[in-house]
Amino acid sequence: MNEAKNEILTRLQRALVTDAEEERRRAVAARLFHHRPVLVPARAQVEGEARIALFTEMAEAVQTEVARLESFAEIATAASRYLRRHNLPQKLVAAPDPMLDAAGWDRQPLLRVRRGNAGPEDAVGLTLAFAGIAETGTLMLVSAPERPVMLAFLPETCIVVLPLSRLDGAYEESWARLRALSPMPPRAVNLVTGPSRTADIANALTLGAHGPKRLLVLLVPEPEAPVTEAGDDG
Amino acid sequence: MTATTPLGFGERARAALADPGLARALLSIRRGWPEARARAIARLPEFDALRDHGREIKDHVLAHLDLYLERFEEAVRASGGEVHWARDAAEARRTILGICQRAGARTVTKSKSMIAEEIGLNDWLEANGVTPVETDLGEYIIQLAGQRPSHLVGPAVHMTREEITELFSRHHGTPPRERPEELVGEARKVLRQRYLEADVGITGANFLIAESGSVVTVTNEGNAELTHGLPKTQIVVASIEKIVPTMEEAFTLLRLLARSATGQEFSTYTTVVTGPRREDDLDGPEAFHVVLLDNGRSAMVGGELRSMLRCIRCGACLNHCPVYLAVGGHAYGSVYVGPMGAVLSPVLYGIEQARPLPEASSFCGRCEEVCPVRIPLPALMRYWREEAWRRRLAPPTARFGMRLWRHLATRPKLYRAATAIAMRLLALLAGRRGALARLPLAGGWTGTRDLPAPEGATFMRLIGRRMR
Repeated sequence: MNEAKNEILTRLQRALVTDAEEERRRAVAARLFHHRPVLVPARAQVEGEARIALFTEMAEAVQTEVARLESFAEIATAASRYLRRHNLPQKLVAAPDPMLDAAGWDRQPLLRVRRGNAGPEDAVGLTLAFAGIAETGTLMLVSAPERPVMLAFLPETCIVVLPLSRLDGAYEESWARLRALSPMPPRAVNLVTGPSRTADIANALTLGAHGPKRLLVLLVPEPEAPVTEAGDDG
Repeated sequence: MTATTPLGFGERARAALADPGLARALLSIRRGWPEARARAIARLPEFDALRDHGREIKDHVLAHLDLYLERFEEAVRASGGEVHWARDAAEARRTILGICQRAGARTVTKSKSMIAEEIGLNDWLEANGVTPVETDLGEYIIQLAGQRPSHLVGPAVHMTREEITELFSRHHGTPPRERPEELVGEARKVLRQRYLEADVGITGANFLIAESGSVVTVTNEGNAELTHGLPKTQIVVASIEKIVPTMEEAFTLLRLLARSATGQEFSTYTTVVTGPRREDDLDGPEAFHVVLLDNGRSAMVGGELRSMLRCIRCGACLNHCPVYLAVGGHAYGSVYVGPMGAVLSPVLYGIEQARPLPEASSFCGRCEEVCPVRIPLPALMRYWREEAWRRRLAPPTARFGMRLWRHLATRPKLYRAATAIAMRLLALLAGRRGALARLPLAGGWTGTRDLPAPEGATFMRLIGRRMR
């Protein structure tokens, strides 16, 4: 196996190595460690309400439904209403992320909620986005034990919670935030722009090829500060 | 370098031209994707500047490819994955089969990969007791039909809805369904079971990130995510030129990719995976392998074809090519079709085998015009034509004709006299119709079209009169 590696690299070196080898190595290091400013389209450089409007417009253009909620605790109610509107059973599986504990589940006693990963029998999955990207109406989902990936891929209906503080203009902003948390990316970063689709049969756009048929994004403010125990003011 | 297919363009092209179903399918590409692309670009004023950035990123990587590959391998290892190097298709096939066998695999799911097509992976796995299941709907359709992809982005774009109805009914044992959404639903149900059964998931890669050892896949269906998220072992097979330095560079190229391919602002799913599942993760593979394939590419880096390695496989050159849009992908007899295929196929199969492909061009230049990374495709096709000439691969009559023309063209007086006579003669032969249905020695040309007869004087005479 190493023989193959050596042969491929030797062939490349024969074509590429110059007298200024130090320079070549420096150029590579520079690219890898100083992330170059790239061209970010002007469209993506919007703030505040204009950013929310752009995200909504771009997401709706690719069949994502977008709803804006007054509070984090309305999530359960909004999810329940959405399921009723689509004639789906009042049942979903939600990411075990502790942030979603404040989604107001107790306000919807008829909504059956399981916390964990989605299996093949689950019809509705609900998860939390790491970021939203206004440029193209894209969600950035980041894997973690409390946010398994399959929630957004196995069920036919997917609901994603996006706190407004996490809405960025361009992809690069979200990557910079993620890199600041850990230099090594998590196992999976899924950028999702609309429900699953295909045009492989007769060029007809059809939703729900393998992933979800329906995608609902709930734009929410941060959850209300949880009641902290005495002495814990962190 | 493996020739797994008969090339032989001429005969297949003739058959393709006589196929009305294919003509309809190709017409839908011509009407669909180029217009969607144009609309998407009109919405992004920075598109042309992004193309310059895209070209620069790829050129930089190619000039430092050895260093980036070593860095990529280190980063994959650091994330808990393994990198395997393969000099050619046979080595890549053996490596992948070895991983499958060690994993005790009986079935593998596959998400669309041109490299897997290039190395003939499916037949090899099948012959060695491992059942491959394509999951991209287009790939699944052609796998059932026993065909090969006819387009980089839409592998089954040549098939009509009626053909797919018949195919599904026969293979699934279901009543014939006619509406596309019913057919998609049926495939979804069948493939869902396959995902859950698979022991290994194999995907390609749109980009490999040197910085982090990550692999980027782009789909609209979500099949890549189910392919690498459900089985215990994940294998990525990618060619060496897929490397980019950092995430930022990948996203600059991603801004070009979907717009150039289908006119989408962004593909539905862009997924970046790094290594196997982490501690306490509830999903993801336990083993993560990347197979890096050379297959002739390291030799291109030092030569005149280097710029072809910038290609990001968007298919824009196919969608805008008058030759591709007339004959479709199968006529090329190669994994890679259209203008990009005409440049790449001679590398893979040898110019002796693939000579007709770079000849099958009108040199209209639209491929270069629309290429997101500005590959000079006509110049590269011309390179292969010259190479074929130097190796004396053209048939004797063609070589005789070219020599005759050169004899005339390098003697201006003789050339002018000869063309003036030829023009009058052609005009005389054409008579009042103004066109010739048949011409001796040019049967190949007039066999399918009329030759308009020249009117008036030669260019040299006209310009001579003006200058006076």
